Amino acid sequence: MKSTSREFKANARRALNDAILQQALLRVGTGFVERRQQALDELPDAEALGERARIIKQHSLDRLDEYLLEFEKNVQAQGGQVHWAETAEQAQALCVDLCRQAGAHSVIKGKTMVGEEIGLNEALESAGLETVETDLGEYIIQLAEEPPSHIIAPAIHKSRRQIIELFDHFHDRSDYPGPLQSVADIVNEARAVLRSKYLEADVGITGANFLIADTGSTVLVTNEGNGDLCSALPDTHIVIAGIEKILPTMDDAALLLRLLARNATGQDITAYTSFFSGARRSDDTDGPKNFHIVLVDNGRSQMLGGEYRDMLRCIRCGACMNHCPVYAAVGGHAYGWVYPGPMGSVLTPLISGLEQSSALPNASTFCGRCEDVCPMSIPLPRLLRQLRNEAHRRHLDSWTARTSLTLWAWLARHPKLYRLITGAGLGLLKHLGRADGRLRRLPLIGGWMQSRDLPTPGRSFISQWQAHRNASTRDAGGDHPDE
Amino acid sequence: MRVALFVTCLVDLMRPRVGFATVQLLQQAGCEVVVPEQQTCCGQPAYNNGDADNARAIARQVIEYLDDFSHVVIPSGSCAGMLVHHYPRLFDDEPAWRTRALQLAERCYELTQFLVDVLGVTQFDARYPGQVSYHDSCSAQREMGVYRQPRLLLDKVHGLTRLEPEGGEQCCGFGGTFSVKFGDISTAMVDAKVEHICQTGADTLVAGDLGCLLNIAGRLSRQGKSVRAFHIAELLAGMTEQPLFGLDEK
Repeated sequence: MKSTSREFKANARRALNDAILQQALLRVGTGFVERRQQALDELPDAEALGERARIIKQHSLDRLDEYLLEFEKNVQAQGGQVHWAETAEQAQALCVDLCRQAGAHSVIKGKTMVGEEIGLNEALESAGLETVETDLGEYIIQLAEEPPSHIIAPAIHKSRRQIIELFDHFHDRSDYPGPLQSVADIVNEARAVLRSKYLEADVGITGANFLIADTGSTVLVTNEGNGDLCSALPDTHIVIAGIEKILPTMDDAALLLRLLARNATGQDITAYTSFFSGARRSDDTDGPKNFHIVLVDNGRSQMLGGEYRDMLRCIRCGACMNHCPVYAAVGGHAYGWVYPGPMGSVLTPLISGLEQSSALPNASTFCGRCEDVCPMSIPLPRLLRQLRNEAHRRHLDSWTARTSLTLWAWLARHPKLYRLITGAGLGLLKHLGRADGRLRRLPLIGGWMQSRDLPTPGRSFISQWQAHRNASTRDAGGDHPDE
Repeated sequence: MRVALFVTCLVDLMRPRVGFATVQLLQQAGCEVVVPEQQTCCGQPAYNNGDADNARAIARQVIEYLDDFSHVVIPSGSCAGMLVHHYPRLFDDEPAWRTRALQLAERCYELTQFLVDVLGVTQFDARYPGQVSYHDSCSAQREMGVYRQPRLLLDKVHGLTRLEPEGGEQCCGFGGTFSVKFGDISTAMVDAKVEHICQTGADTLVAGDLGCLLNIAGRLSRQGKSVRAFHIAELLAGMTEQPLFGLDEK
């Protein structure tokens, strides 16, 4: 997917002025946040569960190669094929080739963020394949020709009115007379429209929430059951997944599933939890004749050996972005790529390059809420700071910021000069201050002054303390603050 | 008890009164207060902008001049968090300095944490007839575990009514240089915070971190709102004649 992360600030400004988006974003803060807490409160010990999950994931990553090979063996034993894609381009080519081999004309898809990451839809469409999203949110943004704005609810930025307008525009009103008013109306119409697509499709492509090594299964959670239909109806089912999704056993998957829905949507479990284990057996009445898994690396094995390996524990629940005050202010599109919010601010630079996305790790106050709510204990603020370190090393920061901060650091290490320079600065600010004790305009800090005042400062504490100390060694006076 | 005051650069430069209030509170509680005069800054601006080398250089100096004190008191959750949690991490590759940083961390306290948990003092015979909304900084809540202590202290102030705002766990949008680099987003965040505070009907905003206080009160001032703002040290020390912004109308 093409990135506009470079324009984060401009994207953010647009988002802040978008009244419909701002209304939609209120839903994220209340709905997801409250429901998640309720769902976790129902567990006997959510923290212990999280700790266990962290250990399992860490263990899986420590033995990634072993478990992936075990997985491949078991998939093959069940009549499936496993394909390894090191890059996004290879993953695209593999999927297109598999569709060609299947003689496909049309493809139906479940929601897959790794699919967005590698630009799957663009590749399929360029190859002349009709591609239809079956997840309602993905279907909506496909019609709107927009990228997802949230990894769980891709169309969360859309108002009901906007969705109705899209359906009015794209659906044949002679086949589907409508009128559309409620959410139920929208869902029912989408269901009806998509039903024929399911039946026509030659290939179904879905993602995976987990890959299970010992059973050679992939796990997919949905609320709509579209994953099951993508697998069961077409002759060919392709599962595309990042290599870090691998888990050793079914029990491990069951444990992680207990955390996933609760953290993502506040459900104790999604409406459908599907396990796909290979191609149709000879005595099965349905299921895909051809079952393929495309394992995507795209920088993940690179992360494994380095200081960002903790990020590979991510189970894509979206809790971090749901609790992030920056995401709440600007929404997902501002981040410019597939993954928004805190996890996106770590993954986007790592996968698509820091040069074009250095704004993302900077757009954080390090409030720490994301780290608090992450079920996999990923130290997101630390990873973001590491990316800032990298950006600093590569001189990706603005000259003004870099110079003023380096000057500040230098002064901070030279206390006498610090007193002198800050003393002069404070004197100047005192002079610039208005009669009401406020500063309303200052150079260099326009970002602050555009919306906030500063109080007019006076003499610093240390210089007053020094003077006071000097005075009281001369004459025993009492404490008397100057300011 | 002999304690060092790490006054923080924001207090030092923008609101020295908080420093004097802190000294007064500590002295009232029976401490001898020493102010190392070579202090400047904890190094967060460098640390949070990717300049770990400079952050380390500053940290070494801070560790040095605070070496001699059994207790270091800091009127800021943010700077306390830096010294307690981040200094040791800066020296992951330097075992000797890491040890010293860990050693310093054990001796550092946020102000309200020190008063309540170490000194066991909650009463200062302070008086403030007003309705106060208290704001917790992210660092105080999450890095220093400070929540109960400021509330305990404020509840002992004669005449003070404390009103708990909604969304206390939400960041006010300061984030140090974030408020300058991402002014638009920061403004949206502080507006959400201002709304929560105004919804309480409080006439006074109190916080334990000057950064947050400047941010929220700065926005209130620009909006022409008449909420008075104080650092908790000032309020407890009875230094409430002049709020952060504007001359007192009362």
